[in-house]
Amino acid sequence: MSLLSFFNRRSSAPVARERLQILLAHERGIVGGQPDLVAKLREEILAVVRRHVMVEHDNVQVKMNRDADISTLEIEVEIPAPVGAR
Amino acid sequence: MAKVLVVTSGKGGVGKTTSSAALGAALAHGGDKVVVIDFDVGLRNLDLVMGAERRVVFDLINVVQGDAKLSQALIRDKRLENLSLLPASQTRDKDALTEEGVARVLNELREKFDWIVCDSPAGIERGATMAMRHADVAVVVTNPEVSSVRDSDRIIGLLDSKTEKAENGDRIEKHLLLTRYDPVRAERGEMLKVEDVLEILSIPLIGIIPESEEVLKASNMGSPVTLNNPSSAPGRAYFDAARRLKGETLEMTIPSDKKGLFGKLFGRRAA
Ligand SMILES: Nc1ncnc2c1ncn2[C@@H]1O[C@H](COP(=O)(O)OP(=O)(O)O)[C@@H](O)[C@H]1O
Ligand SMILES: [Mg+2]
Repeated sequence: MSLLSFFNRRSSAPVARERLQILLAHERGIVGGQPDLVAKLREEILAVVRRHVMVEHDNVQVKMNRDADISTLEIEVEIPAPVGAR
Repeated sequence: MAKVLVVTSGKGGVGKTTSSAALGAALAHGGDKVVVIDFDVGLRNLDLVMGAERRVVFDLINVVQGDAKLSQALIRDKRLENLSLLPASQTRDKDALTEEGVARVLNELREKFDWIVCDSPAGIERGATMAMRHADVAVVVTNPEVSSVRDSDRIIGLLDSKTEKAENGDRIEKHLLLTRYDPVRAERGEMLKVEDVLEILSIPLIGIIPESEEVLKASNMGSPVTLNNPSSAPGRAYFDAARRLKGETLEMTIPSDKKGLFGKLFGRRAA
């Protein structure tokens, strides 16, 4: 076993945490009752962005964060660097 | 004023029954009048954990359906006279619980007790929603593990939508009870940490109950861990959680069953 795999094996908790955050963002509606809201938003945002720039499906992240008082919607769209840049 | 507290989780086997018995006994130990109700119709277990299984005559369904009086069904604890149990039926199914019937029984109990602790069955179906329906306070029991956290999230959603309080536009008081926690494994990155679970579920923490063999010992004896071994790690953790439920502010710690050399050498034999 390499040193790297030894360390990887140990930290499964951060993976669990990340998976849960993404899953629950999808399962939570904004005020309950709309469990597929995040998925819908994601598709529509993707369509709007694609009218102007080509982005991959996986480059649009929509996350819902629920807090005691407010919920926030976090949208992250990764746009490819324009051709010829750098 | 009486408080109805539901101990719930979605997932089974996370420690709801253990927690209902331990918190109920801890609250009663502090002098409050407490009744613990088993809502797990068809799969009752609270009677066993409390050591009252041979004293069950009538149950919750008999009372809900008017076949027995509340006073006939309540079993008074042998160790604490201000602690009672209302057992579930082992033979009937959960459909025998009617919303109005449960409301009536709870109202009657509100007159006699300070705390009415409802041990919820697993799942998100009728049995679980019936147990939470009239609650003022909810303790969401969660293990530091993905499926338990996901199910707790689901239950929190139900508490915010399907309870009487929520329907009336009130907020139900919700607390997270993290159980079966192993600080060593969490530190090693093998288990979700307290902060991870808190960040994901974002409800206030009422206590951290460490994984401990004392819990099994107590259930073997038919005694809530807070009575069987109050100074054990889970015993102390549950006592702290009970004090927080009563509004006290205490520093959050994770007690451990530290054994001296003698304990280490001979602990096993004594167990
Ligand atoms: N803190 C703990 N440490 C070790 N074992 C525990 C702990 N809490 C619960 N258990 C064990 O887990 C099992 C399930 O607990 P139980 O309270 O019956 O869960 P539930 O009511 O949620 O189904 C039982 O065998 C119990 O002894
Ligand atoms: Mg149970």
